[in-house]
Amino acid sequence: MRVTITVNGQQQTADDVWEGESLLYVLRERLGLPGSKNACEQGECGSCTVRLDGVPVCACLVAAGQAEGREVVTVEGLAQGERLSPVQQAFVDAGAVQCGFCTPGLVVAADELLERTPSPSDGDIREALSGNLCRCTGYEKIMDAVRLAAARRQEAV
Amino acid sequence: MSEVTRIPTDLVQGATGHAGVGASTLRPDGVLKVTGEFAYSSDLWHEDMLWGHTLRSPHAHAEIVSLDISEALAQAGVHAVLTYDDLPSDVKHYGLECRDTPALADGVVRYHGEPVALVAADHPETARRAAHKIRVEYRELPLVTDEATATAPDAPVLHPHREDGHAAHVPHPNILHRQPIVRGDVASAAARADVVVTGDYEFGMQDQAFLGPESGLAVPAEDGGVDLYVATQWLHSDLRQIAPVLGLPEDKVRMTLSGVGGAFGGREDLSMQIHACLLALRTGRPVKMVYDRYESFFGHVHRHPARLHYEHGATKDGRLTHIKCRIVLDGGAYASSTPAVVGNAASLSAGPYVVDDVELEAVGLYTNNPPCGAMRGFGAVQACFAYEAQMDKLAAAVGMDPVEFRRLNAMSQGAVMPTGQRVDSPAPVAELLRRVKAMPMPPERQWESAGGAADVRALPGGLSNTTHGEGVVRGVGYAVGIKNVGFSEGFDDYSTARVRLEVLNGEAVATVHTAMAEVGQGGVTVLAQIARTELGVQQVTLIPADTRVGSAGSTSASRQTYVTGGAVKHTCEAVRERVLELGRRTQGTYHPAWATAELLLEGGKVVTDGGEVLADLAELLADGEPVDIELEFRHRPTEAFDVRTGQGNGHVQYAFAAHRAVVEVDTELGLVKVVELACAQDVGKAINPLSVVGQIQGGSTQGLGVAVMEEILVDPATAKVRNPSFTDYLIPTILDTPPIPVDVLELADPHAPYGLRGAGEAPTLSSTPAVVAAIRAATGLDLTRVPVRPEALTGTRGD
Repeated sequence: MRVTITVNGQQQTADDVWEGESLLYVLRERLGLPGSKNACEQGECGSCTVRLDGVPVCACLVAAGQAEGREVVTVEGLAQGERLSPVQQAFVDAGAVQCGFCTPGLVVAADELLERTPSPSDGDIREALSGNLCRCTGYEKIMDAVRLAAARRQEAV
Repeated sequence: MSEVTRIPTDLVQGATGHAGVGASTLRPDGVLKVTGEFAYSSDLWHEDMLWGHTLRSPHAHAEIVSLDISEALAQAGVHAVLTYDDLPSDVKHYGLECRDTPALADGVVRYHGEPVALVAADHPETARRAAHKIRVEYRELPLVTDEATATAPDAPVLHPHREDGHAAHVPHPNILHRQPIVRGDVASAAARADVVVTGDYEFGMQDQAFLGPESGLAVPAEDGGVDLYVATQWLHSDLRQIAPVLGLPEDKVRMTLSGVGGAFGGREDLSMQIHACLLALRTGRPVKMVYDRYESFFGHVHRHPARLHYEHGATKDGRLTHIKCRIVLDGGAYASSTPAVVGNAASLSAGPYVVDDVELEAVGLYTNNPPCGAMRGFGAVQACFAYEAQMDKLAAAVGMDPVEFRRLNAMSQGAVMPTGQRVDSPAPVAELLRRVKAMPMPPERQWESAGGAADVRALPGGLSNTTHGEGVVRGVGYAVGIKNVGFSEGFDDYSTARVRLEVLNGEAVATVHTAMAEVGQGGVTVLAQIARTELGVQQVTLIPADTRVGSAGSTSASRQTYVTGGAVKHTCEAVRERVLELGRRTQGTYHPAWATAELLLEGGKVVTDGGEVLADLAELLADGEPVDIELEFRHRPTEAFDVRTGQGNGHVQYAFAAHRAVVEVDTELGLVKVVELACAQDVGKAINPLSVVGQIQGGSTQGLGVAVMEEILVDPATAKVRNPSFTDYLIPTILDTPPIPVDVLELADPHAPYGLRGAGEAPTLSSTPAVVAAIRAATGLDLTRVPVRPEALTGTRGD
């Protein structure tokens, strides 16, 4: 089948999509956007988190056909040209990246959190990111990064 | 022919200000990772590539009676189906330490999930469906699942034709390796003991659960060889195992490291490497293989589950008299790194304590359980859980505070290990305990908000909203551990670095090429820092790791900063010497300091140790060839342990960490909330303070995971894995993980580059026993098994 999706603001079409393919597979293997990660393909780890019409979802659990005609934002759509988004920059600066496989999903999820809750408490951050597994960091520097991004966003306002 | 895309690129990192050794320089791959551009091994792509899939055994021990691939091969889109009979070389087995693992099942399957056949097809789903069309008839065989069944008189011998070096000294062919360590006179020492405590402990099977799945791309080459892009921990070890099975010389298997999504030991063994190459060479097409999470649980080895029996004695004034222990590690169906894990478990089984009289033993079994091998902590983790539980029991028996009891018996520099090896660098065990105890305690009842309502996110059970504080009790526990750094027991543990210094755009810049696997630890960051410090440059380019340069050894055993960092330092020193020779030759007549002073490279200049500038590096090098040198670096040699007594200088360096855990337990439901997990660790020298703290926090969290939730459940009746998913195998989420304050101590090891001490593994040891000690303190229960499950806390039956 043919699937047409608006990805990071650009309309994209994939042909010969098998009905069982996930949105994640179509993004990674057919549209050349491998930033969303395939860590579990069971909807448990959050590494493939993208925004579907603004809502964070696990792209591995969304059938490609379900995204037909809808808006998807992936990690590749967060930076503006060379300029990283506040969450991306804070992840680099705070040492929140080690192997980095969880990072794309986390920055998409954290970005959505700060859009919704500009000054989150630690409990809010932990709750919002509890669907994103990280095996390297012990999450401490991820907490630091989200706090830092929130503070910088506030300063910028 | 089109090119492989999404492969690693050079990392070019400039710097301003201090970005050398000791600075918290940011990762050179950080921006690529936050933008999604970093090329992981599962991202690899080639225009005409096929997808590989592995058919795995549904049984833990069975004979393959017949195998029919015809229907699978006839499927549209299928390009190849391969079995054992298709293996092209006389060499059909591989292995890290013993070549006992068939590349595809050799007529018998020995564990649940063993690879039986391979399919290549034009779509991953086509390959998966075709694999299900392969008809395999199995005849199930009796199982070996533990020490009793492995050594029973009628036990099936899993590897009857062993040729490994351990076969001659083991009591049974299903025992892969046995390492006793005997020192002093335990009988006499035990007679001096006022108290003796014994305990039996059990450690569940932990999974590395790295997030990036096993994956890679094999591209057949015109010369009959193959180019393999893969995520691994040690390219050259892979190469040594892959090439013979392909029937190719090593120079026809060219390996490049792709982006690695974590490792933790789980990528030391081969997974899809040989399989993808076989399919690519057979089809003449590039073949990509990517495991999903279900397959990943079968696709790599796990941490050895263990049963441990300990006896400790002490005098009434709190001095250890003796330790006896026996540790049984289940190695599963193939050897992997079990012999080295056994050596570690035995030699570190007494912990970081002074005790002269010991009888210690570790054994590793062959069974039909999943193969076990390397995971962060490597044999030292299981022992630490048991000896630290014993230390708490002993402290209670002599009526002492558990931290004071440990401090009284703590080893320090100059202590002699049970192996007879003298510890010849700082061993601040008592100081680490003091520091971790001195850290401020987290406030009580943090779940109570100002308005009086409970924040369930801070309570056991979390968002399940199972308590608002009723039945919740707090406990505090301490533990300390000892881990070896680097490869031990006489292994020639070296690394190689190639360093080039040249002038680009009027600036002296360095290029560093090693085969070190960057798996997330930040090795690329510290190699660039070392090059800056040694060569006085700011811009450093890191070339992707591949097999065009000599081996870097494994990214494991907490060794890469020491050994590959050491290799970069060593090679930079040679580069610097070459530059200074050039300077003396061309400019020596202009200034006497060229001949007389100690000269350094700093800030792009040649300076004397007094700070006088003699030359600009860019000008000095401007007219000549780049200085380009490749050298090896070795740490001090180690010795094998004696097979009967375990005596020998087996380890090169020891690392120490201590933890304090604060937990709150819902005693009615058996739910545990770790409130805080504080750590103090000696790292010798923090080459990158930000990164080393990240290592300590990550390692601590993996120890927390196995304390309260992580275990691969293997059905004891069938030896089948019951929970191969992140739905059923739980790793800590951000809600399960508490604040982890870290106190980093830097006591230099005079034998190591910059005085550094390998740091990655030590925090994984003491974290687990500290959490369990805290749960014991909260509940009063005698918990002897990890993970601690709710059933163990509520007295209800579980499995």
